[in-house]
Amino acid sequence: MNDTATSVLRTVGLHKHYGKAEGLVRAVDDVNLEIARGEALAVMGPSGCGKSTLLHLLGGLDRPSGGEVWLAGKRVDGLSERGLAGMRRREIGFIFQSFHLMDELTAIENVELPALLAGRSPRQARRRALELLEQVGLADRGRHLPSALSGGQRQRVAIARALANEPLVVLADEPTGNLDSAATLEVLRLLDRLHTAGLTLVIVTHDQRVAATADRLVSMRDGALVDEMKLTGGSARKLSDLVATER
Amino acid sequence: MQQEVVLAMLAKEPSQGFQLRARLNDALGPLSEALNAGQIYVTLGRLEKAGLVVLDDAASSADRERKVYVITAAGHERVGDWLAEVSWPKPDLAEFHLKLIAAASAGLADPISIVDAQRRELLRRLRDAERAEIAEPEGSDAALLLAGIVRRLQADLQWLEDCEASWTTRRKRQ
Repeated sequence: MNDTATSVLRTVGLHKHYGKAEGLVRAVDDVNLEIARGEALAVMGPSGCGKSTLLHLLGGLDRPSGGEVWLAGKRVDGLSERGLAGMRRREIGFIFQSFHLMDELTAIENVELPALLAGRSPRQARRRALELLEQVGLADRGRHLPSALSGGQRQRVAIARALANEPLVVLADEPTGNLDSAATLEVLRLLDRLHTAGLTLVIVTHDQRVAATADRLVSMRDGALVDEMKLTGGSARKLSDLVATER
Repeated sequence: MQQEVVLAMLAKEPSQGFQLRARLNDALGPLSEALNAGQIYVTLGRLEKAGLVVLDDAASSADRERKVYVITAAGHERVGDWLAEVSWPKPDLAEFHLKLIAAASAGLADPISIVDAQRRELLRRLRDAERAEIAEPEGSDAALLLAGIVRRLQADLQWLEDCEASWTTRRKRQ
């Protein structure tokens, strides 16, 4: 089935519950979401609202209690463990708050790892990794260990790694949560560039500044989507109205 | 534009109006579109009348097409006072605050929907400012100004969350 050709990810009545009876926690509660190809979607909400759980369900890191997840027209919530692992490796890119780089591997080794795991030859994987490091502006940092890189640089390596197998969609969980203001801007610039080049992106964040860079923003409370807002089109006011320069 | 800004720029070197404008444009980047083209000349005229700048006759052309302005001693003194000032733009939140109270007490509108509409508008402005910041080259002057605007919008959005929480609690109490 492929009802919407432009939809990359879709959920229908998605649920994730923990516990039983009185102790039941609805971490994700009847979420219907559709993410178009090339779209950047931000999911915002306070900590504990279920946004990270939702992202894990979308990426096959966790299984739903009920409902459906469709990836590029294929239902994936019922895949075997092996099927899910393959999907995570080839079709989804992940970016985490704490980077999750392998400390004992250099930047380029981190970036080429997913391609090697997906069965590419070492030479192909290395070539792709070099390209990606170039793309994220770290061509000269390939031989560095993560510990020798700044926070912003580590996250850029992690973004390059997420792109190694040309995923259908990149899922980012608080990608700037561990970064200062300047490094946040660095990462936002990079994500914006990738998005402009056609990348489909889902960003979970509690930071309005990060959320504001997306095309569409959904808000989550207690596991449910409570609000949706299109951000493209911008404000009716001109940018220059934001400062007082007349006097 | 505040007169002192133009005056302080002249402290660097004697300049013509268009040169000062170019420097302002650099510093403000995409935010400079609010500057009216003739404004700098009006400001220079006022500064001249106040004796804070004079025309450099030697550098200016006879038909006065080319006007080079020089800051005077009084001008330098004014700039010194201005640099030492600690004035700061006041955030005007009282009007919005009173709007919510009036809407609720007279039953005119739901304060929570007013907050929500405002939140959406500020998020759109935040997007515009953030995207303009992203588009600036790294380390540009305008990017720093835009970063300040982004931070203020974030603070305003946080306060709107406080407003929403407070008015939601009040509604439950009724």
